[in-house]
Amino acid sequence: MSPNSTLAPFAIRKGSAPRRQLRGNARYAPTFATLGLFLAMFAVGAGMYPSFLSGQVFLNLFIDNTFLIVLAVGMTFVILTGGIDLSVGAVVALSMMVAATLLQQGWNPAAVIVLVLLIGSTLGLAMGLIIHHFEIQPFIVTLAGMFLARGLCYVISLDSIPVTEGFFTGMAQAQIPLPGDLFVSPGVILALAIVAAAFFVLHHTRFGRTVYAIGGNENSAMLMGLPVRTTKVLVYALSGFCSAVAGILFSFYSLSGYSLAAQGMELDAIAAVVIGGTLLTGGTGYVLGSVVGVLVLGIVQTFIAYDGTLSSWWTKIVIGALLLAFILLQRLFTRKTT
Amino acid sequence: MTSLLKHRLAWPVIALAALLLLNQLFRPDFLALRMQDGHLYGSLIDIMRNGAPTILIALGMTLVIATRGIDLSVGAVVAIAGAASCAYIAASPEPGSPATALTAVLIAVVAGLAVGAWNGFLVATIGVQPIIATLVLMTAGRGIAQLITGGQIISVTNDGYKAIGAGYLFTLPVSILITAAVFVLAAGLTRRTALGTLIEAVGINPVASRLAGLRSRNIVWIVYVFSAVCAAFAGLMISSNVTAADANNAGLYIEMDAILAVVIGGTSLAGGRYTLTGTVVGAFIIQTLTTTVYTLGIPPEVTLVFKALVVITVCLLQAPKARKLFARVKAPARPAATEPAKEEVAL
Repeated sequence: MSPNSTLAPFAIRKGSAPRRQLRGNARYAPTFATLGLFLAMFAVGAGMYPSFLSGQVFLNLFIDNTFLIVLAVGMTFVILTGGIDLSVGAVVALSMMVAATLLQQGWNPAAVIVLVLLIGSTLGLAMGLIIHHFEIQPFIVTLAGMFLARGLCYVISLDSIPVTEGFFTGMAQAQIPLPGDLFVSPGVILALAIVAAAFFVLHHTRFGRTVYAIGGNENSAMLMGLPVRTTKVLVYALSGFCSAVAGILFSFYSLSGYSLAAQGMELDAIAAVVIGGTLLTGGTGYVLGSVVGVLVLGIVQTFIAYDGTLSSWWTKIVIGALLLAFILLQRLFTRKTT
Repeated sequence: MTSLLKHRLAWPVIALAALLLLNQLFRPDFLALRMQDGHLYGSLIDIMRNGAPTILIALGMTLVIATRGIDLSVGAVVAIAGAASCAYIAASPEPGSPATALTAVLIAVVAGLAVGAWNGFLVATIGVQPIIATLVLMTAGRGIAQLITGGQIISVTNDGYKAIGAGYLFTLPVSILITAAVFVLAAGLTRRTALGTLIEAVGINPVASRLAGLRSRNIVWIVYVFSAVCAAFAGLMISSNVTAADANNAGLYIEMDAILAVVIGGTSLAGGRYTLTGTVVGAFIIQTLTTTVYTLGIPPEVTLVFKALVVITVCLLQAPKARKLFARVKAPARPAATEPAKEEVAL
């Protein structure tokens, strides 16, 4: 752990006061609770359905949710500063539409991907600048961003556009073999690479420290001379970038662009972040927790798929119930630590 | 003139007037009202009738936002209210009788009360941030509505029920009258009694108001219950207007429209001072926007882009920073030449 690390001291250190230890452990508690829940759900699934307990079922959780993992990473940064980004689902849809349309017109896939990433980052940057320069609440600005991105999707086309380009279909079908007859998609590798990068940035760089500091107390961060403004704007640009990456990953997954795609995905991303143990007030949370949050959402869906008799709306109800449970849990721990 | 411009309602009203004028220029009979079969008809009436559910929800939302809260669950409440009442009517022995319609309305209101009490409990008693507390039901609520309808669209035939959203009374649509009554009630209750001041006090400083002996918890409960009941009535209007309950799409994104109406109307999301009149103006702006798109012949798929641009413009006009900038640009004495240019780029 570098001196820059923002991870709470977890290992028992000689000479450290016991109270501080409790605090350190308590900070991890919601994330560990999520992990425990995930393992418990997996165990229950294994007990109920013999085929549940396989490596591939576990890996499919990643394969089916690559885009959500990337979205949750970007959202974690935004929420850690105490903000929120409602535009992510719409930006995912816009990225898919732009990619599908341009590929249909015969653009080079590399150029398409670069352009899509640029569009996503620019949208995020623009929202960040408006939030920062005009002091309008992130909620409203990103809501307008959501309307704008979704509206641009409609302007491009109301129909679903198939993607037939070689690189994208190749990525959709590619399987990277793992030992034991298992496989993952290239998207999983990319998503996990982004998670690793985000983990490094958040816990071992100045930027990450500033993100936590802003969420903890923006005024204090400002008075300490931290680059609060730049960081706040960059966090939204980062979220926009992640949304664009998620859009590309979703294109690999669904091989189409549709203006109504990814509707409500911003809620899934926020739910994953909250279930993963990040406080919506900012300042506390871990990007790895958000990944576990996505896996929990994924396993709920797997359960419903396995059961077969449960209707799809139970997903929503269960996610709502999980959200509630974790909010109450967080409430318990924040009371203890502060 | 300047003092008039400084009034908090000045910009929203100007924006609304400009939108209406724009429509009038493109369609000379836009503002005209005509009488037909004892009913008033015209674009203005349409705007009011279509905007009624949004206005109703926005009124409830205003009070919630004034206490520094937010209620994201209203869209789900719209779905639940519509689903519960239509499911009841469809299953009742006399699906056409007025008594059934009345019971259906009661069921919807009780559902609203329950949801509001639940949100209030989470926010006031447990102390959860409003945005997450209501996010729970925003996610789960639509699932509950689908559970009630069994994933189907339930159609009902009941004249009494249909009147709520599509009927006329005293030449005006019933939905407008209900909304107006709620507005008068809310404005009267909060402005003629101390309630409004108490709500603002909780929003400006919850700790200080509690220390001053104010029962902030009860106030918070009241506003969430009010908001949910408003949403339940809006749900009745929406489902009655189409005489069917669609758990998936009824009230989809209406919470966003309502929050926008509140913000455009001049109530800050940071809580404190609020204006119900501003909210109504804000909701009219949003509804008129949709109408404008049709009047101007803009393809409907561009509506959302248009809406986003108007929302950003109105919010920017209201932002204190932007106003300062505006004032500086207008002032002749040594304008800061570099900084406005920078802010321009920022846009």
